[in-house]
Amino acid sequence: MSTNEIASPANVIGSKKRLPPEVSILGVLIGIAIVFEILGWIFVGDSFLANKQRLSIIILQVSVIGIIAVGVTQVIITAGVDLSSGSVVGLAAMVAASLAQTSANPRAVYPALTDMSPIWAILAGLGVGLLAGTVNGSLIARTKIPPFIATLGMMVSARGLAKWYTLGQPVALLDDSFTWFGKSFNILGFPLPLPVIVFLLVAVIFHIALTYTRYGKFTYAIGANPQAARVSGINIGGHLVKVYAIAGLLSGLAGVMTAARAASGQPGMGVAYELDAIAAAVIGGTSLSGGVGRITGTVIGTIILGVLTSGFTFLKVGAYYQEIIKGIIIVAAVIIDQHRQNKRKKA
Amino acid sequence: MQNTGTMEAAPAGGAAVDGGYLLEVENVRKEFPGVVALDNVQLRLKRGSVHALMGENGAGKSTLMKIVAGIYTPDSGSFKLRGEDINLRGPLDALEHGIAMIHQELNLMAPMSVAENIWIRREPLSRLGFVDHGQMRRKTADLFKRLNIDIDPDVQVGTLSVASRQMVEIAKAVSYESDVLIMDEPTSALTEREVDHLFTIIRALRAQGKGIIYITHKMNELFEIADEFSVFRDGKYIATKASTEVTRDEIIRMMVGREITQMFPKEEVPIGDVVLSVKGLTLKGVFSDVSFDVRAGEILGIAGLVGSGRSNIAETVFGVTPANAGTIDLFGKRVRIDSPSTAMKHGMAFLTEDRKETGCFLLLDIQENTQMAVLQSGYVKNGFVKQKQLAKDSMEISQALRVKTPDMAEPIINLSGGNQQKVLIARWLLTKPKILILDEPTRGIDVGAKAEIHRLISKLAGQGVGVIMISSEMPEVLGMSDRIMVVHEGRVTGFLDRAEASQVKIMELASH
Repeated sequence: MSTNEIASPANVIGSKKRLPPEVSILGVLIGIAIVFEILGWIFVGDSFLANKQRLSIIILQVSVIGIIAVGVTQVIITAGVDLSSGSVVGLAAMVAASLAQTSANPRAVYPALTDMSPIWAILAGLGVGLLAGTVNGSLIARTKIPPFIATLGMMVSARGLAKWYTLGQPVALLDDSFTWFGKSFNILGFPLPLPVIVFLLVAVIFHIALTYTRYGKFTYAIGANPQAARVSGINIGGHLVKVYAIAGLLSGLAGVMTAARAASGQPGMGVAYELDAIAAAVIGGTSLSGGVGRITGTVIGTIILGVLTSGFTFLKVGAYYQEIIKGIIIVAAVIIDQHRQNKRKKA
Repeated sequence: MQNTGTMEAAPAGGAAVDGGYLLEVENVRKEFPGVVALDNVQLRLKRGSVHALMGENGAGKSTLMKIVAGIYTPDSGSFKLRGEDINLRGPLDALEHGIAMIHQELNLMAPMSVAENIWIRREPLSRLGFVDHGQMRRKTADLFKRLNIDIDPDVQVGTLSVASRQMVEIAKAVSYESDVLIMDEPTSALTEREVDHLFTIIRALRAQGKGIIYITHKMNELFEIADEFSVFRDGKYIATKASTEVTRDEIIRMMVGREITQMFPKEEVPIGDVVLSVKGLTLKGVFSDVSFDVRAGEILGIAGLVGSGRSNIAETVFGVTPANAGTIDLFGKRVRIDSPSTAMKHGMAFLTEDRKETGCFLLLDIQENTQMAVLQSGYVKNGFVKQKQLAKDSMEISQALRVKTPDMAEPIINLSGGNQQKVLIARWLLTKPKILILDEPTRGIDVGAKAEIHRLISKLAGQGVGVIMISSEMPEVLGMSDRIMVVHEGRVTGFLDRAEASQVKIMELASH
């Protein structure tokens, strides 16, 4: 009989140090890469991984998705969703491109605003994203409509705006100082495109924000239990506006990078990017029911998407098959995620 | 509620106890990662009897019930139903074997009708294979008649009170012709009248030869309804006794393994100035014209039936649902409280009634749960959380409250109800409140933890905190409060001083 102690340590075996959930996703990434490596030697007679060019392209392909996914991850952690990212990319790309044209273009969108410093184009693109995100967040916070509907509306309208902006015409002949932001640089003999650097920078910033700041703690709290968050004094509406505004801002950034890399703005840019971004977040362990998710996981999830695309192309798998298999892998990732969560809830 | 001081002997109604056991569970062991939940536990349930399970939170009662109901599979042990060995494959399998569990969190589909809920998966069909709603309604009405339940089979479950939903759950269990019915704290959200009704139904079921396993924390209920009881402690089986042959104190001793000397350790402390003054507070359709004062060091109890508006008043004072009319003065200054964060800025803290819904962040760990409220006002520099300092202070407070956990990184979902409650109290203590509102601070909590929480409330009052405590448990309100405000149908019907307050006086004011 324990004396004056309620806590009897007898039935507490002690806690095992839990591995961070990213470890299993990282394992998946390594597994997929190894499978491609082996299949490469068998079918193509070449190495998949021992190719600097390819590794750089893998990340480049997904870095725009990755920038969006960092924002979308935060939205999903609050138990929300952002369907508008792809359309915002398109709109931001158009607006940014329209302010980055050279005077060599006889049919510039704003003939008076050519040959400007790229800073204006970039700020305009970011501003468009920030505005769209703020509208999303305000709609959700004020009217309490589901995030799915609010951002669905933005998705349709922003795409419409992108087309209306130039009546469907692409914006071409951009200034070199602007397209510079889509270029690659050799760092230690490794070709590193600027979008990749921006992606990793964004990931680090928001990893820190989610893990070590009050902003991050509140983001998780709102997703984990909005009622408890409210009673704990958290201003849910205000915080959601911030989270969606950040997601919009990052979509705007992705739009700027897209325009810079393509050296043009096209109204169809970014179509369905939101779905890839959501997939990257979910593969990376972010739970659609909220409260769970980490940027590190999302980065790995993004790279998994890139490796899949690149690997299939490397193996010369047809585009149709690529999509079919990608869909299956996304669903499988969510099934595994749910299984993991159930295990966590048990006991 | 019955008088708790004395024991209520002799279970009502002659139980037809004879013949073999309905259910025999022996040497059951169940481990979860990190914890042995059950260690060689046994349970024997007689036909036509009510068998209570007693024990502190985390004693293993709920785990054992989940094993009996087929939700968990035991790691080892034998399981006999009506004398035959069985191996349950899941809750559905248990149901088909005649074991039904009425869950603490009710498992009904709110947008569907009562009848649809009861006959889900077994809907009576017409010859063409369509659901025969007429027959379903008749069958439900018959079932309700048998159990003396007065609910319209066509009404949407979502519109029913908690008590009525519980009745529907019980009827559903009975509709499976189950022999073993498991009830997990069925009265925790019921009013006294509803409890009486529930007990009538339980006695009827007992007379029909069913075996009822009844988990409760309330000692009175044990003496009122149970024939036998088993006590568990820290995952171990302690004893099984007839409820006529023991006293209240003996049971507590078995549950806790030590004597609890004083249940309500209220200390006499000097009472200071008015810290909170509420005048004419009104929330349309819920309560109106509520006025009261709370002084530093004072514990103001709020009593009233479930649904009287007690909790709503607390929520409005804290800004969860801002008032339509009335004023709130804090420390002599008029303030407009339009959100919880405003209330917190003025030194208020609010422990809500519903741990799961409005308290815990179940996905997050203990540390994160503890620090969530204080982050509003402190431990943050340039947006960054001072995690080290915060972890240290959280740890200290958790240890002072004796939260039973291997470490602060444990997900809160793995803690027992009592320990979760302590974490939530720690969350508010970390904000160093000057006014503390507690809504059902000890609901669903075991005896030992209850006494600790009471001691803590007294201590806080001693430090000059003004405390408002809402409770359905009459002895708690009487034992802890300096003054008691009684609420009935959204109106304050009276105040009672500690000296003059009694159960009878409160009930008179609470039911008018």
